[in-house]
Amino acid sequence: MDDSIAVGTEIDGFRLEERIHTGAMGHIFRVTGPDAGFPMIMKVPRLGSGESGESLISFETETMILPVLSGPHVPRFVAAGDLTKTPYLVTEWIEGESLERALARGSLATAEVARIGSAIADALHSLHVGDTIHLDLKPDNVILKPTGEVALVDFGLAYHAHFPDLLAEEERFAAGSAPYISPEQVLGTRSDPRSDIFSLGAVLYEMATGELPFGVPATMAGMRDRLWRDPVPPRVRSPGVPPWLQEIILRCLEPRAEDRYQSAALVAFDLRNPDQVGLTARAEKSGQAGFLEHVRRWWRSRHERAAPRRTPNAQVAVTPVIMVAIDTTHPEDERQPALQRATAQALSLSPDFRLICVSVIPGGPGGGATSEAASPSGIYLDHLVRLRHWVEPLRLPARRLSLHVVEAASPEKTLLEFARRNNVDLIMVGAPHPAQQALAWWRSVASGVTANAHCSVHVVRVPGRAA
Amino acid sequence: MIIALLSDIHGNFGALNACLKHASESGAGRYAFLGDLVGYGAEPREVIETVAGYAAGGAVAVKGNHDEAVAKTPSYMNEAVRAVADWTRETLSGDAKSFLASLPLCVREEDMCFVHASAAAPERWEYIDSPSAAQRSIDAAGAAYTFSGHVHEQELYFEGARDRITVFQPTRGSAVPVRRHRRWLALVGSVGQPRDRNPAAAYALFDSERSEITFHRVPYDHLAAARKIRQAGLPASIAYRVENGI
Repeated sequence: MDDSIAVGTEIDGFRLEERIHTGAMGHIFRVTGPDAGFPMIMKVPRLGSGESGESLISFETETMILPVLSGPHVPRFVAAGDLTKTPYLVTEWIEGESLERALARGSLATAEVARIGSAIADALHSLHVGDTIHLDLKPDNVILKPTGEVALVDFGLAYHAHFPDLLAEEERFAAGSAPYISPEQVLGTRSDPRSDIFSLGAVLYEMATGELPFGVPATMAGMRDRLWRDPVPPRVRSPGVPPWLQEIILRCLEPRAEDRYQSAALVAFDLRNPDQVGLTARAEKSGQAGFLEHVRRWWRSRHERAAPRRTPNAQVAVTPVIMVAIDTTHPEDERQPALQRATAQALSLSPDFRLICVSVIPGGPGGGATSEAASPSGIYLDHLVRLRHWVEPLRLPARRLSLHVVEAASPEKTLLEFARRNNVDLIMVGAPHPAQQALAWWRSVASGVTANAHCSVHVVRVPGRAA
Repeated sequence: MIIALLSDIHGNFGALNACLKHASESGAGRYAFLGDLVGYGAEPREVIETVAGYAAGGAVAVKGNHDEAVAKTPSYMNEAVRAVADWTRETLSGDAKSFLASLPLCVREEDMCFVHASAAAPERWEYIDSPSAAQRSIDAAGAAYTFSGHVHEQELYFEGARDRITVFQPTRGSAVPVRRHRRWLALVGSVGQPRDRNPAAAYALFDSERSEITFHRVPYDHLAAARKIRQAGLPASIAYRVENGI
């Protein structure tokens, strides 16, 4: 089969134009054919004599999962050949540079780490919401698109909760790439989306320091080390890494999934809001754990077993990001306590949430200033104090909460954009008040947000007060 | 061709009708009844009449242990089930009883095998409750696809890496690719007596051209079905199970 595949061959209407990659799993060609409206590539698995069936299982997994994925973070599926006759997979060719190639030039500046890292986290979050786990996140599989988004490629080791896991029993092969895989993957668990968050931590570590957190282990025992050994803190390797970034990286790299970020959306949020990162001892860590601590963890890791079964989407759902729009220009408004009560109720439904409080205050055209220094007027701090006062009765720990005052001409647009960018799951907003007909902008906020939000919206009304 | 796979109807005519309607609306062109047309439910006559009609039109129908028990109640059945078997025997016409008696234990067609319990020894009514039990049935079936019931749950056993049999819990309504080069055993769930605390009827659709199977749950008036069981004077425990899906 390998020999018959050459540039110029035509397979089911697709013409092989140029071989762009040959790897352990097979070949990749640029192809032309039935016009899909975008450039295409064809993957052809290795099938020659002496090849094991493993590359084919991974190929089969990818042809099963890719057709049901959609969005800017994945290549579009075009066609697949009959696995038993002419196995091939045609997908969109994603323009852009791989993160692997970008990293070959050296480690990245903090702002770049945060920008690319948050884009990868967005991509992972959209996969997880779609009940899919990538399980092979590494710089080679991250394409930096010219739009600033990233696309994830190679779903050969991926898991989709709606499909049988063909790789479930394949411990040796399904493990993924040794430097990046999570401890639970080493143990054979393939159904925990938090595995991707661990790999994201390894990628962030590499971007920030130019080095791999666990080296390149060649043996199973070497891979098991990450169940109990912690990596050299990024700031030790690269003093320019700020404490907040070390906090994020080390939290992603926690050996136990329950100690990591519980959803990729929360990682993206922290990377975009460094001043809101709740710092712990991780941020200032300057060495690895001591001998006794390592022995304790090693002992515990011997008993470490597979995580509880929960679909990726359900895992994400227990860690909702809730955004509440608070009108700090009218702190005495009778709707404020109602909004507070509704927020408290929404938070009580989940033990692991993130609350984002946003106040949009009238500002310059386009607006968008979010920090004290950048605020064109001096009222930012005043509104921040009011926000803090509003949220204080909820008594939330700092790591679950973030406060944002944004000056903008259009509150509706600003709230919608803010919600989308931060992967918000639920927006809470006060309903228009009958006595506030004059405040037309407020009315348009509630109705406009409800009509155009990417997620659910909870419009809070004062009982008995019809609009 | 889309084939509707219906098993363990257990004399529940309302549940059967709901599934048949759902299947026909989903484009089903063929039907396969995987046994246990009777037992538990209060409308065995109506169920047999309907299934016999489909069978005359070319549908597959195989025998289940409750169908066999109408001819002779086996000793392993508990008191309530025996009571229903006795009642069913008195209720059914001679024609209906001979239809049940005429059903084959196993039907093989192209790369599909239809059997109520295990293809390994259909007459022993072995439950497919483990990968090894599934392996035995798949080996005996000698087909890419084995479709069964008996276990009142929806599960998909498949040959994974290293040819090891693995079980998968399907998501209802979500098409699962089941490619022909692997071997698959689908437990399609029970139309008339689901036991997963969800009273909705269970069945599956197999699309032979696309090589996809989709497991469905279809709500129907299960309270009416339970009422009919009580009205027929059958054991209240059985009505309770239908009401609660247990």
